[in-house]
Amino acid sequence: MAELVKVKINGQEFEAEKGKLLIEAARENGIEIPAFCYKEGYSLQAACRMCLVEVEGTPKLQVGCTLPVDVNRDGTPMVVHTESDTVKAARKSTLELLLTNHPLDCPVCDKGGECELQDMVFRYGAGESRYTERKVHTPEKQWSPVVFFDAPRCILCYRCVRACNEGMGVGALGIGNRGVVAEIIPNKHDHLECDECGACIDICPVGALTSGIYRYQTRPWEMNHVGTICTHCSDGCKTTLGVRDGEIMRGNNRDSSGINGEFLCVKGRYGFDFVNHPDRLQTPLLRNAAGGFDEISWAQALDLVSKKFTEVKSKNGKFGVIGSNHTTNEENYFLQKFARQGLGTKNIDHHRTGDLATLFDALSGKTDALASMQDVYTAKAVLVVGSDLAQQHPLLSFQARANYRHHAAHIYAVTTGEVREDKQAVASVRVQKGGELAGVESLRDKLKAEANLVIVFGDTVQGDALRKLVAFGDSLGIPVKYVGLVDYSNSRGAYDMDLLPRDGGLSREQMLAAADLDVLWVVGANPLKSAALASKNACVVVQDMFLTETAKAATLVLPAASAYEKNGTVTNVTGEVQKLKQAIKVMGTKTDLEIMGSIAKEMGLNLGIWLPEKMLEEIRSTVHGYNVALPVLSSGAAVATQPLNGKVAALPGTIGSAGDTLFTSGTLGRYSKTLNSVMEAPGSLYGGKDH
Amino acid sequence: MAKKLYNEPSPLETKVISKRWGLEGSETLDVYLANDGFKAFLKAREMTPEAIIEEVKTSALRGRGGAGFPTGLKWSFVPRTSPKPKYIVVNGDESEPGTCKDRLLIEYDPHNLIEGILIAGLAMDAHKGYIYIRGEYRFVIEKMNKAIAEAYARGYLGKNIAGTGFDFDLYTHSGAGAYECGEETALLDSLEGKRGVPRMKPPFPAVAGAWASPTLLNNVETFASVPAIIRDGGAAYAALGTPKNGGTRLLCLSGHVNKPGVYEIPLGFPMMKAINELGGGMRNGKKLKAVVPGGSSCPILLASECDIAMDYDTVAKAGSMLGSGGMVVLDEDTDMVAVALRIMRFYAHESCGWCIPCREGTTWLRKILQRFNDGGGRHEDIALIGDVAKNMFGRTFCALGDAAAMPTMSIIQKFSHEFEERLAKQGSGLVSING
Repeated sequence: MAELVKVKINGQEFEAEKGKLLIEAARENGIEIPAFCYKEGYSLQAACRMCLVEVEGTPKLQVGCTLPVDVNRDGTPMVVHTESDTVKAARKSTLELLLTNHPLDCPVCDKGGECELQDMVFRYGAGESRYTERKVHTPEKQWSPVVFFDAPRCILCYRCVRACNEGMGVGALGIGNRGVVAEIIPNKHDHLECDECGACIDICPVGALTSGIYRYQTRPWEMNHVGTICTHCSDGCKTTLGVRDGEIMRGNNRDSSGINGEFLCVKGRYGFDFVNHPDRLQTPLLRNAAGGFDEISWAQALDLVSKKFTEVKSKNGKFGVIGSNHTTNEENYFLQKFARQGLGTKNIDHHRTGDLATLFDALSGKTDALASMQDVYTAKAVLVVGSDLAQQHPLLSFQARANYRHHAAHIYAVTTGEVREDKQAVASVRVQKGGELAGVESLRDKLKAEANLVIVFGDTVQGDALRKLVAFGDSLGIPVKYVGLVDYSNSRGAYDMDLLPRDGGLSREQMLAAADLDVLWVVGANPLKSAALASKNACVVVQDMFLTETAKAATLVLPAASAYEKNGTVTNVTGEVQKLKQAIKVMGTKTDLEIMGSIAKEMGLNLGIWLPEKMLEEIRSTVHGYNVALPVLSSGAAVATQPLNGKVAALPGTIGSAGDTLFTSGTLGRYSKTLNSVMEAPGSLYGGKDH
Repeated sequence: MAKKLYNEPSPLETKVISKRWGLEGSETLDVYLANDGFKAFLKAREMTPEAIIEEVKTSALRGRGGAGFPTGLKWSFVPRTSPKPKYIVVNGDESEPGTCKDRLLIEYDPHNLIEGILIAGLAMDAHKGYIYIRGEYRFVIEKMNKAIAEAYARGYLGKNIAGTGFDFDLYTHSGAGAYECGEETALLDSLEGKRGVPRMKPPFPAVAGAWASPTLLNNVETFASVPAIIRDGGAAYAALGTPKNGGTRLLCLSGHVNKPGVYEIPLGFPMMKAINELGGGMRNGKKLKAVVPGGSSCPILLASECDIAMDYDTVAKAGSMLGSGGMVVLDEDTDMVAVALRIMRFYAHESCGWCIPCREGTTWLRKILQRFNDGGGRHEDIALIGDVAKNMFGRTFCALGDAAAMPTMSIIQKFSHEFEERLAKQGSGLVSING
């Protein structure tokens, strides 16, 4: 604990940590010192001069964002005035100077209503301008499909430069020219080649950086802001969807309240647009004699499915059930219950993208051995094995980077190719695929010297290799926690909800290969993308948003709602449960839970009430480690779960990541216009070559 | 044989750092060695670092770059025992309008600068130095490079210098045309290959300068003064000037005088004597109106305020600064509106853009002054100019904002009647209001 000293701000005496920045010490005590360029967690700039304060004993106004709290030389407390007439006059003058070249196009500016410059002028500024000269103007520039830059609006606070360089580790933004025509410039002269994460847009206090898909579309106050969880990768970032008239206008990081803090990647920000792709299914489809599809009503569809399921069940036929990495815990739970209790089959599986079964089995007898998202930010050391985090797990990558920036954490990488972590790494080891363990072994002495360690590993470490990795962790003699990487937004939940071919059930591959399969029921997955179905007579029922390869082979296709169109919960890669909030409704679709519940009802099965809240209640009381605190969950926070160690020692079937990049996301990515428009050669994103 | 200089020397000068300037071949090592060259270095080699610093303290040498900070004290701030490498960085960015002395020190006597740097190297336990020279001084950089090459070839740079066992490498580094890079931390950023914008202080360069290592950073003239101090003793050097203002300095005399030029004078030299005798009096017999005493960033002194001694403290008392020695003399015909505009055009052009008050303030002032000068002035502009300058003053990240504000405030304060006269002359005709 740092030494506490007294400081007097605006006549009130407080205690603050010695050396803490005055702007922070004031904020902790409820006193706001306004600033543009100061942004917690990023390097100090002292450029905007908004945070000037009066400190007794110093003739000049002092910069609040760089002034450390300390006692005066004579031991008396520092006496600060943040709202004196002198200070207010200085702020007003700074704002007057800022507005000299600011275009004041607030009525059409995207930022109007959410603009920090507006807010500051409202509080401290002058009602009239003394500036009568011509303003500096330069035309707006488009830097990428999703990033536009309007230089005249820019107040040069350098937040974007720091967010890109320090936060993202990309460094695609810099400053060109000087004086009044100084401006932010992109890394490729006239355009950006970067992660397209849009962090620069989020962090911009004014409307200088705007989003290609949101700009000039709406006023911020016309939208409802729905905080939900991104449905792409498994990191579980909160994205706030701005919804107007049943349409998602934007995704952003409006209140930075998720486990991702200020972070959001290109998918979380722009990857929602698959919801209104023209190919979206909005009516059930039935295979006709000609080999095509006929549109049928929901009533007909549910009747057909329930009759087929009942018939196959009654003759003791063979079911195969494949669940999803994207559907909610409630849906996954209901699906496995439907399969096991309703259909009486053990043949249930999903596309397993990481070897969670072996990990949890290997960790039997240990407690607290699974890292949380926060642990990756606070651990003394982080070891990344066999994964390109910046591509596949951008939040984990961000966390490790922030840990390095803020806590000087030691980062290690054992990967097959260059990774962004190399820039921060104490040691980077390049290995052939399968040689990860040898690479890790070569770091033994360094790792042993660490106080604690988080090991983040990808799908190449599975089975025996994974057990050896855990044994290696045990042998270090320091506290070690693990993150077993999985691909999608609810991959972890699909495992936890038991979409697993345990106790002799058929794996995905085995179902597809079984020539005597009677029914293949696929809920939100695309197993036939890369495999053929052996059974010629199987009735294939598919619930999906699009006519995927699997849906195209279906007997019956049921149009499903996306994660942005439903309530429920998902579990991220680090085992934290978070709530989905429905943002919109797409006509003709039903949530998978409603579809399954309706089939159950038609079949006369009693599998419980198919409402997300009711299913969550059942999950909390029956699934190990999921007795999560509802009030915490409801408040939008993430709640940790504990999986049952040693539930299954081994499962049939293969495990493999889909290997998505920053700009791809399985089927969802294929139907996102924006993700496709920004896609670039991912290799060019790394340092050393172009940057 | 004497060589032709840019201006005739004056008998009134006290020649210490310019004493070799007239000699044929003064830029060569042979002439330097024949005229006291490297005696100070060899003497310093026998001294302890503490003794060298003490000698510089005794000399009462103050930084010649503009701020006038006591050099010996600055030298004592560098943590000599740090395990990091220590660097000597020479500020030869010389960008202050009115200042033109560093180039002469390099053009005429580069080995003296090298010797000063080497002595600093001994005192700091530094083995690498960089001379940062403004980009427009291409020919000066070439001359410095030539001298450095000669010193290397003759064993006065590199390994085991002059057989003393001391190693030192010296490089030049070209600026790229930014006034801001004369600010020491912006210079360091530029030296490191970054955009030249000032750094936050603390840490000061003495502790974390070039590549975050302890760095001694002084002006060319400051380093050039060191050999004489070590050779003849700090006390002898101090005695040339006035108390706390030791030695001599180069005065860059320009403007409406008969004999403009660079003259070496002791600190405390009377300002009027400099104008009337060194400078040969006012051109065309005109009357003195005002003086910019030490470069364009200094508040302007009225003729009636100029009967003072030119040392740091006296000029400060008169409300201005000795700055970098760039003294501009203005006669009675000088249009102060045009002067204010010319000064502000420079600062608006040179503002690096880092902080708001300087970036926006200098250009706003430039635009008002341009309009005013073009005949579009309004009465309220006079107060506005003063107010905008005042709002810039003391609130910017580095001293560039102050440098732009100070002369402007002084002109508005002392010459507002000239602005009023302009308004009266321009009458009521319509004028364009333009940037």
